[in-house]
Formats: sequence, C-alpha cells, structure tokens
Amino acid sequence: MSPLLQGVITIVVGVFGCVGYFYAANLILDKVIFPPRGPQAGRNINRATAVRPWLFLFPAIFALSLYLVYPVIGSLWRSMHNRAGDEFIGLDNYGFLFGDPEFLQALLNNALWALVVPAAATFLGLLVAQLTDRLSWGNIAKSLIFMPMAISFVGASLIWKFVYAGDPDIGIINALRDVIGLDPMDPVQVPFWNNFFLMAILVWIQTGFAMVILSAALRGIPEETVEAAIIDGANPFQLFFKIKVPQIMGTIVVVWTTITILVLKVFDIVYTMTGGNFGTQILPSYMMSFMFRDDGRATAVAVVIMIVVLPVMIWNIRQAQKEMR
Amino acid sequence: MENIAGKSSGLKWAVNISVALLVIAWLIPTVGLFVSSFRDRDQITASGWWNAPFSVELTYRTRANDGEPMQEGDLWVVEGNIFATSEVAEAFANGEASITAFGVTGREPTAYPAGTEGETRDGGTLTVNADGSYRYTTAETPDDRGLRIYFGAATPPDFTMDNYLTILTAQTTEEREEAYAEGQSFWEILSDENGVFRNFINTFTVTIPSTVIPILIAAFAAYALAWMDFPGRGLLIACIVGLLVVPLQLALVPLLNLHNQIGIGQSFVGIWLAHTGFGLPLAIYLLRNYMVGLPRDIIESAKVDGATDFQIFTKIILPLSFPALASFAIFQFLWTWNDLLVAKVFLPSDDASKVMTVRIADDLLGSRGGDWGILAAAAFVSIAVPVLVFFTMQRYLVRGLLAGSVK
Repeated sequence: MSPLLQGVITIVVGVFGCVGYFYAANLILDKVIFPPRGPQAGRNINRATAVRPWLFLFPAIFALSLYLVYPVIGSLWRSMHNRAGDEFIGLDNYGFLFGDPEFLQALLNNALWALVVPAAATFLGLLVAQLTDRLSWGNIAKSLIFMPMAISFVGASLIWKFVYAGDPDIGIINALRDVIGLDPMDPVQVPFWNNFFLMAILVWIQTGFAMVILSAALRGIPEETVEAAIIDGANPFQLFFKIKVPQIMGTIVVVWTTITILVLKVFDIVYTMTGGNFGTQILPSYMMSFMFRDDGRATAVAVVIMIVVLPVMIWNIRQAQKEMR
Repeated sequence: MENIAGKSSGLKWAVNISVALLVIAWLIPTVGLFVSSFRDRDQITASGWWNAPFSVELTYRTRANDGEPMQEGDLWVVEGNIFATSEVAEAFANGEASITAFGVTGREPTAYPAGTEGETRDGGTLTVNADGSYRYTTAETPDDRGLRIYFGAATPPDFTMDNYLTILTAQTTEEREEAYAEGQSFWEILSDENGVFRNFINTFTVTIPSTVIPILIAAFAAYALAWMDFPGRGLLIACIVGLLVVPLQLALVPLLNLHNQIGIGQSFVGIWLAHTGFGLPLAIYLLRNYMVGLPRDIIESAKVDGATDFQIFTKIILPLSFPALASFAIFQFLWTWNDLLVAKVFLPSDDASKVMTVRIADDLLGSRGGDWGILAAAAFVSIAVPVLVFFTMQRYLVRGLLAGSVK
C-alpha cells in the first residue's frame, strides 16, 4: 500500500508543484520584479517578455540537463576510471573492450541487427501498407499487425519462446518440422542463424510502426500521378515501384532511421531469450553484464553505443533544422 | 479508380489472401500464448496449443484397489472401475474421460488397447474397457494394495483460470484451498508478498506518475519553443531533437550514482524522476510540433485582447492541444509499462519491489522455465493492460506517431 500512496502523493505534488511554479513565477515576474507601471513601465514590459520564455523552459531544461546531458559527460568521464572509480586510467577500459572477443562479437551482431531489422521491418511495413490500402477490411488488418507495438519486449520474447520451444508439443515451429519428419531443434541455439531468429521478434514488433507511417504517406500521394501512370499503361508493380515508392522516399528514410536507433538500444530481447549466450551477444546486453559489477567498463560500452548512434543523431538534427526553415 | 486498369479480380483475390495470411502469421504467436495460459499444466505438455479444443491423451497410473477380491473356483477375481480407484479418482471427478489403452508396466503404459485382455506379471489376466471397468484374474492371492495398472485416457479439454490464480498469488491450488479453509479471504491471498499481483501493482505505481509529471513540464516548454520569441530558440530545438536519440544506457551509471549521493537511491521516487527525464525530449518535440500548427490568429487576437502568455497557455493552448497531449500520454504509458532496463537499474532488486517485466525476465523465466502455463499467464497479465490501452486509444497513438516519427 505504501508505494501506491506514495505514487498518489507524488502525482499531486508533481502536478501542483508544476502549476504552482509556473503561476507563482509569472506572478512574481509581472508584479514584483518588472511591474509594468511607474516611470520604467515600457522597459519593464520588454524585460519581462525577454525573461518569460526562460521561466517556461526552466524545469524542462533543468531536467534534460540533469537526466540526459550530464550523463553523457558523466559516462565519458566515468569510463576513463577504474572499477572502483578512484583512479584515472585513460582509455584502458576501451583497450580491454577491443581485446575482448565477446565485445567484438557484440559489435558485429549489432551491425547485423542494425542492417537487417530496419530493412525487414520497413519492407514488410511498406508491403502491408500497400496491400491493405484499398481493402475493405484493411483497417482491421492494420490494427492487428500494429498490435505487437503495445507488447513489451519481454512479453514478446516470451511469446516467441513458445513459438521456438524445442518440444514439438509446445513450439509450433518444431511441430511443423515434426509433421514433415524432421528432428526437433532449438532455433535459439543454432550458431549464427539464431541471431536472425531473435531479430524476427523485433521485426514482428516494428512492422506495425513502419506500416502506420508508410500507409499515411501512401495516402498522401497525389492522385493525379497515379492516374496518369495508369492511363499510360503502367502495371501494378510499375505503379508501386516507379511511381509510389519514389514519392514517399523521404518517409521511408525517416522510418528506417527511427527503427535503426531503436535497434541499437534494445537489449530486452537478447537478455530474455539467450542472455547473450550461443553467440547472440549485442552491445546493450553486453553492457548489462558489467552493470553493478564494473561501472568503468559498463560506461565504456555505453559510450561506444553513443558513438554508433551519433551519425544518426546528427542527421536527425540536420533534418529538423531543414524543416524549420 | 480500382477498375480503370491493371486491377483484375484475380489480383484482388491474391491481395485479400496474402493480407489474410500475413495477419494470421502476425497473430499466431500471441494466440498461442493466450490459449496456453488457460490450459491445464499436464495438457500443455501433452499436446500443442493448436490442439487445445480436442481431448488429450494423458497417461496415468493407479492401483486396482476399489474392489474386494473374490474367489471363483481356484482363481481370484478383482472387479471395479479404474476411475473410482483412489489414486486417480480426483483427476476424473467429472467423469468425462474414456480409456484408450492400458498396461501393467511403467515401461509400456499403453501396451494393450482398451477392451482387450492383457497379461499381468504374475501370470494372471487383466481386461480394461473404455468406460473404465476392469476385471483382473490371478491364481495367487492379491495383496491389499492392489495391482498396479497404467492407462492412457483421453481427457476432454480442460480450460482453467488456475494458472492466473497461481501466478498472481504465488500459491498452488492446494495451498490456496488450505488458506481458504483457514478463513483467509481472496483479497488476503492476493496480497501475498511473493505473488505477481504485487508486481502488477508496482508497475502501475511506476507508470502513472511517470506519465503525468512530464506532460506539464513539457507542455510549458513546448509553448515557449513554439510561440515565444527569444534568442537561442533554434539551437534549443536542435538540442532536443538530438537528445531524442541519446541511448538510455549512457544515463544509467551516472544517474544511479547521483541518486545514491542525494539519498534517493534505488526507489520509486528515483524511477519516476528518471522516466520523467527520459520522456521529456519526445514530449517537448511532439507537443511543439503540434502547437506550432495551431492557428496564429487565435493566439494573436488573445494577445491583442490583453491576455498574458500564462493565460494564453492555460486557456487556449492546453485545451486545443488535447490530441497531442493524449498521444504523448499513451506513448509514455506504453513505454514505461513495457520498460525493463530502467526498472532493472533504478528499482531495488527484491521481489516485492520489482515490476512485471523484471519479475518475468529475471525471476520467472529462471525458476519456472519449463512451466509454460504459468509463464503464459504471467506474460498475459503484463500484456493485457497495454494492449487494452492500445486498442481503445489507437486513434491518438497513430496521430502521435505521424506527428513525430523520430524516436
């Protein structure tokens, strides 16, 4: 009961605290510091207008700096210290990482994930978006394919543990193998290919996301271009690949990069399915093996993940700035 | 359009069928879990979930101890009904099963089809019929314990809420019955410290403040970034877009150390703050994108009428932004409910303070690894809430995705 009560109190304190802060800060600014009257009324109004945005922004900027900006610097700094955190050891942690075969495998696997998952999810998403576009029951189909988005990675892993189970009376894959007379196998333990079986889980989750966005993009294509192509005698495949896809290329790229960023951060699936064994290690789950044990090495892995994400981040910022102009 | 060209009815059929196949493929894994969570534990291991509506052949063993041995000539005869023998009577209480085969050794528990005559180890004969009646004849005096009989019985599908009750209360069926007998109420059994129900409540405790608090902070910031003019605005927006993709992993170690230093440590307060911080970039980005699109006229006429920024925000912007607020709330709810990483790091590691995801991943998968019914039920308890939110609020979710497809 106590944490529940604590939660209610926190909501009340948080909400009233926020509203109270904004209200009081505005009041003080207008009535006490820069009152819009007296000999300097005009100047005071201007000053208040200059200060007010920062009042509105302060809580957000404070929280963002504390919870996202400080950790970037803090992690970088911590990664150059030893396990206890009391001795500066330069790049030794990184040296250890690049000498560890497990890390190199994690790096390689992550590269595989980052290539395969966004490609597969975007492709399937586009396929479903196009197929359901003019279907009478398209919305229901889309809704059902979108549904895994709501399921946690842990829940999804468990769902797929059922699918992959080695017992042909539990796992549907082995049941099918049983029907055609093959011996049962454990897909999660097949060297190298098990990576792809784990990726399938994330593709299963992310296809819905790609589908929703791409389907909206397909709807946004001007009808005239499609009509013109049909009149010119384009077949459905030409219509799709030569007319529609080029027009939604921008959206495809956004979907692709969004999924790529996600892929680089997800650790739950590997953690739940294999714990990084059988050659399926990836960077985020590799990091968790040092968490609570060796903060120096854990942060070093985190910094590596950050460096991998960096190009996407820069590209994102560029895109956002272009949009604003 | 559809009938102009290039759309034959054959193609239409192909599209319909392929979409149907895709939907089925997408649903099968979840349906499997859902069905399994309601099945009896023995049935799960005996037949696949796709066979759930059909009866399952399970193997049992018992002793022929329900009938008195009688003498017929120089032979001893025992007659009775297998379903009434003490070892299996409880399992067949509803009396819908039928016997398919029987045997007298554990090695070959189904050596003889029902209705035929089998040979026992002491040289006697045993006949078991489909309805359970049996006849055992032997030359020697049968002992009191009765002859050991193995049999396979087709048991009808058995759907139960047992898995859910077991996982929620952390007590087996027998333990629950005992607790009832001792006068405990259902609610008392449910509040057992080790039960998953506790983790379910914990998940709510983590999720709701983590969803509500960032919204207000972000809304004010988004308004400032959308409608107030000040130097450095563009730079701030760029920063927020950049922060959208900062990997959470970077934040774990420094923030946990910070929390420990300022005395929060691993606690609910810590995780609320962490989720608030991590959710802010998306919140600000989504809300700003939406607010920028609001009609300029309304805001300017309010300004002309003498409204302050604070009034404009609370009286005009907030009500108009409801769709964006709702879509962020759904995102943040789904994300915090489904999160494993932040909960693993920022919450204490004892069973009583774990959230659902951590309990399943760290505890149940290890200790209940082979107990599929239990695992399925636990997973479904954790999936049910977000899926419900998803289906009821899908409209807002889609709108939010389209507004800010960067995270």
